[in-house]
Amino acid sequence: MMPTVRACLMMVLVLSSAMAAAQSRDVYQFDTERMEQRFQTLTAELRCPKCQNQNIADSNAPISEDMRNEVYRMMRNGASDREITEALVARFGEFVRYKPEVNQRTILLWVSPALMVTIGLLVVVFTVRRSGRKTANDDVLTDEERARAARLLNDRDENGSSS
Amino acid sequence: MKRVLMFLPVVLVVVLGVVLFAGIGKDPNRLESALLGKPVPPFSLASLRDADQTLGPDVFRGQVSLLNVWGTWCPACRDEHDDLLWLARQKGVRIVGLNYKDNRDDALKWLSTLGDPYALNIFDPRGTLGFDLGVYGAPETYFIDPEGIIRYRHVGVVNQKVWDEKFQPLMEEYGESGS
Repeated sequence: MMPTVRACLMMVLVLSSAMAAAQSRDVYQFDTERMEQRFQTLTAELRCPKCQNQNIADSNAPISEDMRNEVYRMMRNGASDREITEALVARFGEFVRYKPEVNQRTILLWVSPALMVTIGLLVVVFTVRRSGRKTANDDVLTDEERARAARLLNDRDENGSSS
Repeated sequence: MKRVLMFLPVVLVVVLGVVLFAGIGKDPNRLESALLGKPVPPFSLASLRDADQTLGPDVFRGQVSLLNVWGTWCPACRDEHDDLLWLARQKGVRIVGLNYKDNRDDALKWLSTLGDPYALNIFDPRGTLGFDLGVYGAPETYFIDPEGIIRYRHVGVVNQKVWDEKFQPLMEEYGESGS
């Protein structure tokens, strides 16, 4: 009984989400495959100002719908991707870009991953090199040290057997 | 040299701490308007009360105005309505309404039952001016100077605290009469 109910619920959920996805795709008519591709890419790269962790392709917020409509309208009028993005940035601010432009304000954002990896690599390289140098030095014992080491080792053996 | 390097993690942690601490208490939902310092975008829309009257950006000329984005579908707009009435009646603030994605009859009924704090209302049923302004939810309130330049945007309800802290100082800066 219970598994059947659950299965039905799952079916409903899966179907309704699939239908929602299909609906949003049917709203817009595209002449070419390439145009549809462009639309998908653009809407995936624009961020919804209302629901901030979603792009406007996924979001159901009314403002996202308006933004999708505007993207579509501008595309039909032959605007370039850049023009479309800039038109939306002019209204809603840099915030709507998921991929911020490289400029003075965002340069840290762009270079910090590379910077971190480089620092990490440098730390590794230095550590490895230094430990390598140390073991190399340790191998070289003077005769005197060798004799002392042997003496110490013998002492320990004797002590160990006596106890 | 080695000693200095030993403190590097501490320095990093402190820097990270300062950066993260600066973000605490900031509301990420309050975005700064992209239109600050820019004129109100051009529009040509009907007045809410008079469908034959066309309004344009020149309604903001000559005096300081608050542009309040509202709709009868927006519960928070109901919350701030009394404060808008107080601002208009007690403080004499000129409030221009932007009736956003709403229905004319509903909006007029709302004003007649709850009181009308607006000097005039721009009727924007499709949200076109709202879109050009970068409105992403209601209510939003813009401070517009006598030249028609947007000086400040407040997202969320306007109440006495917001007025005292944000709008009153702007009023003193841009308005001749103050409050």
